[in-house]
Amino acid sequence: MSNVSSTVSIAFADSATMLRRRLRHMLRYPTLILTAAGVPVAILLLFVYVLGGALGDGVGTAGGMSYVDYVVPGVVLMTVATAAQGTAISVSIDMTEGIVARFRTMAIARVSVLTGHVLGSLIQTMLSIAAVVGVALLVGFRPTAALGEWLGAIGVLAMIVLALTWLSVALAMVAKSVATASNMLTPLMILPMTGSGFVPTDSMPTGLRWFAEYQPFTPFIETLRGLLMGTPMGDGLILTVGWCAAIGLGGYLWAKRLYNREPTR
Amino acid sequence: MTTHLHSPAVAATAVHKSYGDHVVLDGVDLDVPSGTVFALLGPNGAGKTTMVQLLSTLIRADSGQMRICGHDVDREPDAVRAAIGVTGQFAAVDGFLTGEENLMLMADLNRLPRRERWRCAVDLLERFELTDAAGMPAVTYSGGMRRRLDLAMTLVGKPRVVFLDEPTTGLDPRSRRTMWDVIRRLVTDEGVTMFLTTQYLEEADRLADRVAVLHRGRLVAEGPPEELKRQVGDGHVTLRFADPDEYDAAARILDVISRDESALTLKVPGRGDVGSLRRLLDRLDHAALTVDELRIHTPDLDDVFFVLTGDPTARQEPIR
Repeated sequence: MSNVSSTVSIAFADSATMLRRRLRHMLRYPTLILTAAGVPVAILLLFVYVLGGALGDGVGTAGGMSYVDYVVPGVVLMTVATAAQGTAISVSIDMTEGIVARFRTMAIARVSVLTGHVLGSLIQTMLSIAAVVGVALLVGFRPTAALGEWLGAIGVLAMIVLALTWLSVALAMVAKSVATASNMLTPLMILPMTGSGFVPTDSMPTGLRWFAEYQPFTPFIETLRGLLMGTPMGDGLILTVGWCAAIGLGGYLWAKRLYNREPTR
Repeated sequence: MTTHLHSPAVAATAVHKSYGDHVVLDGVDLDVPSGTVFALLGPNGAGKTTMVQLLSTLIRADSGQMRICGHDVDREPDAVRAAIGVTGQFAAVDGFLTGEENLMLMADLNRLPRRERWRCAVDLLERFELTDAAGMPAVTYSGGMRRRLDLAMTLVGKPRVVFLDEPTTGLDPRSRRTMWDVIRRLVTDEGVTMFLTTQYLEEADRLADRVAVLHRGRLVAEGPPEELKRQVGDGHVTLRFADPDEYDAAARILDVISRDESALTLKVPGRGDVGSLRRLLDRLDHAALTVDELRIHTPDLDDVFFVLTGDPTARQEPIR
């Protein structure tokens, strides 16, 4: 019993140490946060100012919502995807450096390196999201959410980020190089676009609509939009929890297995 | 400490490791007493790094038994990890962190008492002559500084056995000498057991109490460095030819340690004294062969392999 509790406390202490390491990296290179926010902000501005006029007419019928209000949840999830790519890159850099070999020869909690990365990425991604939402507010985003809904939205986002981060950690370890790791996460950027992020799914051709309705980003977006804008969520929340549990647990177990696997050269 | 006083620091029996069809280690036995320096000598690709990876729990052997300070590497990897420190061929430092932060990271992970962590980092920076660079990110360090930081990080956990995988490969002569001083002081001051791998005979000679020579996954010699040097003799002579035909002819009539086709050079055994040089030159004269250039060398790994294995092609890859 005491053995188990000391194992757990060691795992916590080592993960906290690894998190501090990751946060130090972040503070040393704060541009990482801005880079992760940069692409989504550009897309936000593109959709609001360039495409929004035309798209808004088609979308706006759904309860007289302005297009910027409609598009922000999709852009926020795109931020999550961009940040996941950043995570994959930093994990991949770590795995190709000697420092991880050192960690493997030390009597520390085995996956604490990965846990540190995941928690660090969670913090970094939430900061990037805050930056994107800040810009959105400046360009006219007017959520109807009260404090409870805001907290709910933050909770749902944290859950999504956690799940996708474990997945990107696993993908980063499958990849043999930093460039491959980065490329493997690119499809994640497309998913918010091929869901209900930018246009309603019922405006899409049949095949794509079927995909859009069943892919995880659609319930993510619907739940977030429901919380922020008061639109109907349907079964979005349940689906979101289910998807996050599946992706997160799958990603975690996969990443752990890859880390414990013998390094081949 | 006391429980394992009489068990050797490192013991390995009949260790085998293959990658697919490629046999890397083919039945290696090792025995390193506590508090001594052991050098595993061999060229690139001999299996030195694999041996270190096996002993330091990074990879698993196909068969055989390994113990570190009495702990079985296979069954008690965490006890082994707590007893060892590893400094690899490629500096295992976090380039984004400063030297000081790297050491503090190790202090945290080794769970030193909180009050000692800072002290320990400052002491090690001082000892490894890194105090001035303590606040700089490790990416800005020179090769020699990175190696020193790497070794300092290894020592934070007060390991009883330290593995040094080619600690000076790629370093300039001055950094190499600094590294040698650091290693020697560690052994005399702290009584740690050192397991080092190297491809330099001189390094093994300077540092080690015992040397084992690894050749194609097997140990071909083991003993004190003096014994090895006595066997190897005094060195070799390099002959360079201007004419490829004369080069070929000379290769046929002489005992050749190794040859370099593109540079038209041959290495032949010889102490470089007047008598043996005269005999060598007489032989070439007799065959009417002209030597373009002649150099005398102190013994190196090539000589060791020539003597121990009679195999002039022991070195498959050129050494940097």
